[in-house]
Amino acid sequence: MATTTLTKAPRGYDPAAAKPFLEQFDRVKDGLPGAGLSWLNDLRSQGHHRFAALGLPTVKNESWRYTNLRALDKLAFQPAAGTGDTVRFDVLPTVRTDGTTGPRLVFVDGRFRAELSSTAGLPAGVELLNLADALARKPDLVAEHLGRIAAPDDQPLVALNTAFLADGPVLHVPRGVTVEETIELVFVSVGSEAQPTAFHPRGLIVAEAESRAVIVEHHVGLGSCTTLSNGVTEVFVGEGALVHHYKVQREHAESFHLSHTAAKVAGKGVYDNFILTIGAKLSRNEVNSVLDGEEGDTHVSGAYMVRGGQHVDTTTFIDHAKPCCTSREVYKGVIDDQARAVFQGKIIVRPNAQKTDGYQQNRALLLSDTAEIDAKPELEIYADDVKCSHGATVGELDDDQLFYLRARGIDKAAARGLLIGAFLSEALGEIAEESVRDAFQSYVADWQNAR
Amino acid sequence: MIEIKNLHATVDGKEILKGIDLTINPGEVHAIMGPNGSGKSTLSYVLAGREGYEITEGSVSFFGKDLLEMEPEERAAAGLFLAFQYPVEIPGVANTTFLKSALNAIRKQRGEPELDAMQFLKLVREKTKALSMTDEMLKRAVNVGFSGGEKKRNETLQMAVLQPKFAILDETDSGLDIDALKIVAEGVNALRSPERSMLVITHYQRLLDYIVPDHVHVLAFGKIQRSGGKELALELEKNGYAEFGVNEAA
Repeated sequence: MATTTLTKAPRGYDPAAAKPFLEQFDRVKDGLPGAGLSWLNDLRSQGHHRFAALGLPTVKNESWRYTNLRALDKLAFQPAAGTGDTVRFDVLPTVRTDGTTGPRLVFVDGRFRAELSSTAGLPAGVELLNLADALARKPDLVAEHLGRIAAPDDQPLVALNTAFLADGPVLHVPRGVTVEETIELVFVSVGSEAQPTAFHPRGLIVAEAESRAVIVEHHVGLGSCTTLSNGVTEVFVGEGALVHHYKVQREHAESFHLSHTAAKVAGKGVYDNFILTIGAKLSRNEVNSVLDGEEGDTHVSGAYMVRGGQHVDTTTFIDHAKPCCTSREVYKGVIDDQARAVFQGKIIVRPNAQKTDGYQQNRALLLSDTAEIDAKPELEIYADDVKCSHGATVGELDDDQLFYLRARGIDKAAARGLLIGAFLSEALGEIAEESVRDAFQSYVADWQNAR
Repeated sequence: MIEIKNLHATVDGKEILKGIDLTINPGEVHAIMGPNGSGKSTLSYVLAGREGYEITEGSVSFFGKDLLEMEPEERAAAGLFLAFQYPVEIPGVANTTFLKSALNAIRKQRGEPELDAMQFLKLVREKTKALSMTDEMLKRAVNVGFSGGEKKRNETLQMAVLQPKFAILDETDSGLDIDALKIVAEGVNALRSPERSMLVITHYQRLLDYIVPDHVHVLAFGKIQRSGGKELALELEKNGYAEFGVNEAA
């Protein structure tokens, strides 16, 4: 395959950093699922070319100003084998507390594990498959949607994912169908003692008109090997459809977690995303939602809690492309020790998107003098009849509140815990599903108790 | 029960308490009256253990132990309670969650078994009823959206639930109308017992019509200037603090 190399990369990118990844591409490309499909070859090739041209983003790129990926360059990641044979699971993470197993797909180092997965409880017509199976059983559905909203053009990590895309969940909910059971997607990072490993999970969620589904992604790590998860998920929300898409990232301290979620919401559709970030050495969650039909609604919220030397980046982009849509963002972060958080939230209101109602808030709580947050809210409005507001605040624990609790007998650690929990409760309150909210709240409590 | 000796304290380098001596025995109710800025609230914060108050001289013995060496939560477990003049609002923490955490934290420190949800609910319902508080106030976040009267009733509820041995009421009357004042005072009076002592800090005599003290002390310029019986409060109401060199109009 011919490789396009630009003599001069756009400012803010480092093409040299792409080299280790690109060298692997020629080795693995023929073994990737669907390698015989010409449209998929073209898509991968497009990703490959774009990544070769752009390389990894650097801090000179405005949207990567506060998150430095240089560590990735140095680690020379190899593609993960995904076999994980030595892995033993006691209990897979779940939001179910009744001991039952619902529909669930499990991926280890980016590869599907059928023996741990189940499609029990899905209504007729609903497909929950891994990408390799979906390419065999629903090739038209995949061809129609894959790479349509998470385009590799100016997103190097999406391009990288597109070049290497091998496996991931594919969910198709037909028109008018409600999936009652919560669908759980479990991504386990294990890695290898021998070398840092990378995997590029690719998810596709297609909710046809008037359908409804609740999806929970669990990202967890086993062991302490260095891993890189560079995931992309595309979500198509049909007319009047409702998709609750929740994610919790609790990977271990040596992992890198990069993820890009792109949603496209048709008229009167609702896309509801919530991400709880606790783990990983460095993580970045990008969420893009395009309101592409009138009266669409998107909720993009989350909470993050980091300590030690962790770095967490939340970057959102809400595109009000059509009139009469609403968007709501509520993010809360707790940052301790020398940890650093980045919040970048952009809302764009296109010229014809009248009657837009957009709301964004990011509030951070710094628990130490060395913790840091960089917050960059942005509004770009080209219509005149809109309601858009945003707020970003950074604070510390309130001494008066702390003393009040202690004066009632609650020790300092417990008092801090109560106040941190209270601070995050507003964001967690955005989670509409009670079982998910309870599970996420318990992860928050675990984080606090781990001190 | 509590013995304060020659207590000096500074805030931001400025001396506020300049040698307080006060002994309170079990079952006694003492009132400290004084003009604004005399050090009344400072005394209550120093006793409760708030940070930012430096003790430069003196001692406080509580049931024979050095109170000033204890953390605020240890003081609470030892039986000290401060009813705040301005109770803080804590959004996101339900009043019941807070009360249960506080009660069980104290019980745990004392080596007593913690109460389960049912036992706690039974106890707290009984106490709220006596204070004309609604279940809804228990469900709301701590003091959030409470009126001045509701906040003080909430303080009294906490006192009723935690059953301290020594309660400091810091200007409990401030911001209360007469009806709220009566309810709070009744709640406080219901807690009077031969084993429990109280220190009522107030600017005006009004509260002392309802919570009748055994002893009254006048605090001005960081020192107790005069002590007497309940009649001293009436005298102050009539003459003001002028005889102590305080010009309140200034």
